[in-house]
Amino acid sequence: MTVKVNRFKCGYCGACVSVCPPGALELIETWIEVDETCTDCGICAKICPVGALEVPK
Amino acid sequence: MKDRYDVVVVGAGPAGSMTAKTAANAGLDVLLIEKRQQIGDPVRCAEGVNKTYLKEYIKPDPAWISAEVKGSKIYAPDGAMVEMSEEISGAEVGYVLERKVFDRALARDAALAGAEVMVKTRATGLLMEDGFVKGIKAEHMDEKYNIRADIVVGADGVESKVGRWAGIDTTLKPKDISTCAQYLMTDIDIDADFCEFYVGHKIAPLGYIWVFPKGNNMANVGIGITGHMSGELRAKDLLDDFVQKRYPGGKVIEFIVGGVPVCGTIERTVANGLMLVGDAARQSDPVTGGGIFNSMWAGDIAGKVAANAIKHSDVSAEFLQEYETKWRAGLGRDLDMSLVVKKRFTRLTDDELNTLGHSLEGIDLGDTTLIGLLWALFKANKKLLWDLRGIFKGIKEIEMEASVEVNS
Repeated sequence: MTVKVNRFKCGYCGACVSVCPPGALELIETWIEVDETCTDCGICAKICPVGALEVPK
Repeated sequence: MKDRYDVVVVGAGPAGSMTAKTAANAGLDVLLIEKRQQIGDPVRCAEGVNKTYLKEYIKPDPAWISAEVKGSKIYAPDGAMVEMSEEISGAEVGYVLERKVFDRALARDAALAGAEVMVKTRATGLLMEDGFVKGIKAEHMDEKYNIRADIVVGADGVESKVGRWAGIDTTLKPKDISTCAQYLMTDIDIDADFCEFYVGHKIAPLGYIWVFPKGNNMANVGIGITGHMSGELRAKDLLDDFVQKRYPGGKVIEFIVGGVPVCGTIERTVANGLMLVGDAARQSDPVTGGGIFNSMWAGDIAGKVAANAIKHSDVSAEFLQEYETKWRAGLGRDLDMSLVVKKRFTRLTDDELNTLGHSLEGIDLGDTTLIGLLWALFKANKKLLWDLRGIFKGIKEIEMEASVEVNS
């Protein structure tokens, strides 16, 4: 499982990328990509200024 | 694009453009890449900068100055206001920039100095040989390239990967990032001469709200809160609360978000064939979040050290340590001091913040610096701020200067 990015909310600021312990996130122009190293830790979801990230339950 | 350069700079913000410009001016073959297709946009910044410092590196141009301000007003939770300004001489202490234009002007300066600039070009990894960074892997228009360089400079911002790829852990913990949201508002009643700051745990937990004039009744109205306070209520929710109360009739004409490193200095910013600058090196101020000038200052040093290293054919971490030593001696000390201040202030309750606010209410502190403000606060609230006493040691001149300002 990997974190889900709501691209309709995301403001593509890259804050989530900076806090991701395994470096699973990447900001590419106007969208966030998540790779298979995501551990569902949820730190990105916590700090997102707009709540665009969600860890699947 | 060629397949090799003396220096490849990743990221064309103020840190990267300044590094590229300085290195190119020193005669190096420089490539500056920016992953976005437009340099400077979207902005992730409140756009305030100290005018005097900035002038050291770029000639002011009305094209990128939205407004000039005379000072700052800081509001405690109960409304007590502390003012920092230079009313007597009418000196203007700060600019509020138009970063979209400013960042492009800096990149243009780098280009005019001889650097090659490529937009829509993203670094995806480093070329490594024998423990040395030897260039980058890059993507441009869905094509992959290997670009060799003697030195790679990571100026890739808060979301930096360049340092991580070289084995420098720049990951921010939630408490080490300020998560921010900002509206550009129009048709609001603001004081065009002052940047305003609002503090308090209720309105901005472990952070602050800012209102920076942008000219013509416009302002950047934004908030930054520390990452571990975000969750139930996020930066945008708290900003909406403030805006509804403070500017009910105001209109929003732009919305931006961002993350700012507020961790203080990190363990190292150089490796064999690599330097980190700006937000990538976590050189933004832990209290204010400001980083434009810091980035340019560090970029200038990095560019000069790069030129020296290429000249001596030595790009080892030992040689590049010159950059590390120089930036730590100046900027690094400021960041360390700010971190001490941050640690004390984040433990203050709203009542204590009110006490601090009232202690200086009605006193114009003059055109003072952060340390000047802190000294004034310390003198009036020694018990509350006793933890800060260490930062004033050995700064006798500032102490005297600040005490004169407070007493006058």
